[in-house]
Amino acid sequence: MNLEVNIGKLRLKNPVMTASGTFGYGEEFAEFIDLSRLGAVVVKGLSINAKEGNPPPRLVETASGMLNAIGLQNIGIERFIKEKLPFLKTYDTSVIVNFFGDSVEEYETAAAMLSSQEGIHGLEMNISCPNKQAGWCIFGTDPKVTFEVVSAVRKRTALPLIVKLSPNVTDISVMARAAVEAGADALSLINTITGMAIDIKTRRPRLGNVTGGLSGPAIKPVALRMVYEVYKAVKVPVIGMGGIMSADDAVEFMLAGASGIAVGTANFVNPLASIEILDGIIDYMEKQGIEAISSLTGTAHAG
Amino acid sequence: MNRYFRAEIRSNRPVHINHNLLSLANIDPMVEPQPGQFYMLEVSKGLDPLLKRAFSLFRRTQEGFQILYRIKGKGTSILKDLKKGTVLHVLGPLGNFYPLPSDSESPLVIAGGIGIASVFSLVEKLSKKAFVFYGARAEQELFMTDALESFHRELVLCTDDGSCGVKGTVVDVLTDFIKKRDEFHQPVIYACGPKAMLREIAKTALANGVKAYVSLEEHMACGIGACLGCVVKTTSGHQRVCKEGPVFDAREIVW
Repeated sequence: MNLEVNIGKLRLKNPVMTASGTFGYGEEFAEFIDLSRLGAVVVKGLSINAKEGNPPPRLVETASGMLNAIGLQNIGIERFIKEKLPFLKTYDTSVIVNFFGDSVEEYETAAAMLSSQEGIHGLEMNISCPNKQAGWCIFGTDPKVTFEVVSAVRKRTALPLIVKLSPNVTDISVMARAAVEAGADALSLINTITGMAIDIKTRRPRLGNVTGGLSGPAIKPVALRMVYEVYKAVKVPVIGMGGIMSADDAVEFMLAGASGIAVGTANFVNPLASIEILDGIIDYMEKQGIEAISSLTGTAHAG
Repeated sequence: MNRYFRAEIRSNRPVHINHNLLSLANIDPMVEPQPGQFYMLEVSKGLDPLLKRAFSLFRRTQEGFQILYRIKGKGTSILKDLKKGTVLHVLGPLGNFYPLPSDSESPLVIAGGIGIASVFSLVEKLSKKAFVFYGARAEQELFMTDALESFHRELVLCTDDGSCGVKGTVVDVLTDFIKKRDEFHQPVIYACGPKAMLREIAKTALANGVKAYVSLEEHMACGIGACLGCVVKTTSGHQRVCKEGPVFDAREIVW
C-alpha cells in the first residue's frame, strides 16, 4: 500500500496534514499522538513580529461548527525558530510553516527569514484570514493583488510554496489561477468563511471582533465544492480542508481533487482526530483494494 | 501520561435547582488531578454540539472524579439527561492549579455561586485550615454547604438578600474579615465565581496587600492551548485560561 503524495516537489509520507491555527506549534498535541505519523504538521500562522491578536471573546460555537476571531495571535518568526522548530525537528514529519504579513514587503521578509532555516520543508502563505483589519483581505480577494504578493514571495523562497485561498470570493478559481500564475507550487483551501453570531439578550455581537471565521463540519459542502472547482481550474496540487471530521470526509476531498487533506477543527474536538483519520484512510484503502492513495485524486470528475 | 481517556457515568443527579452532580469512573488510567484543574467532557457523539465542554474538577473520588455543574446552555442541557452507564471521552486534567499556602499563610477560600465547584476540592485538601466564604444571591442558591461541613475551619455564608447568613456580598464580608482578625499575619485568597466578584476581590486584596489567586472562565475549543480562543488580558499580554490558567495571580489580570 502506498500512502505517499506529492505536493509539488514536496513529498509527504501520507496525505494527512494539520490545518494551520488548529494545531498550535505541534507540541500541544505531542502527548496525545505521534507527530511522526503525520504527512505534515502545518503550524499556526507566523508574522515577522509577535502579534497579540483580537480582544476576547474570540470563540462562539454554532450549529455543527464554530466561529473564531483570534486575529492571528502568534509568537513571531524568531521565537518560533528558537523555541518551537527544534522540537518539531525531532519528529520524522514534514514541517510546513504558515506565514503572513501586513504588506508585500513584510510577506517577502517573512518568507526569506523562514527559507534560510533547516527543518522547514514548505511554506504556506496565508492571504485569506477573515479576522484581519479591513484592507488586508485584498491580498486574498483581488486577483491582481494576489498575483503581486505571491510573485514577490516566489522570488524570495526556493521552498515549496503553498498559497492558502479564501472562500470569501465570488469565484475561487480566478484566485487560484492568479496564485498559480504567480508561481505557487500548490494551493490549500478553504480558509474559514466569514460569519457572525449575536447575543439576543445583550443584543450585541458575540465576538469581540464582531465577525469571525466559521469552521467545522458546517462548512464541509462549501469547501468540497470549491476544491472540485479549483482542481478543474489549475494544474498544481490542491490541499483540501474545511470541516473534515472523519476518514470518509477526507476521502471525499480527495475524490473532489485534493492531493492532500488537512484536519482542522476536528483537532479541537478530539486531539487524536488526525491519526484516527489516517487510520481510517488506510482501512478504506484496504477495503476498496486501493494500492496508491494518490490514484484517488480527482476521480469524482467525470470523463 | 494519559490525559485523553474514557470514563463511565456512575450517577448524574440533581443536587439543587438547575444543578447536577456527575460522578464518573475512569475506564482507562487517569492522571491525578489537582484542585483548580478542569476537564473537557464530550457531551454528544454527534456534530452538534461539536465541542467538548470545560468543567472544573469538583472532587476526586475512589472510582474517578466528580463534576458539579449548572444547567445553563445547550451542552449542559444534554449532559443532564445522560444516563448511568454512558461512556464519555474526557480530556484532562487540564490547566494549572491553586498553589497551596505555606505553613505561615492562612487560606481564605471564596466561592460565588457555582464557583464552589472549583474551590471545593481545595477546601478538602486544606483539611480544616481554610476559612471559607461562600456567597450567592439568595438562600436557595447556596448548596453543598453540608458537604463542606467536615473540611473547613470556618464557614461564612452570605446572601445578597440576607435570606441566609450575612446579608451582603462575599467581598464586603471578606474586607471586614481581613481588617478585623489580627491572627492573619499572611492571609492568601483563593477565589472562583462571577467575573465582577473576582474583580472586586482583586481590588480588595490589592488595597490590603493580600496575595490573591482567582480562577477564570472563558469559552474554549480545545482545552490544550492550541485554539487561542480562551485568552484573557494580563499585564504580560494575552494568556490562555486553559494553559497559563485557569488560576491567575489577581494582580496580573487586566480587569
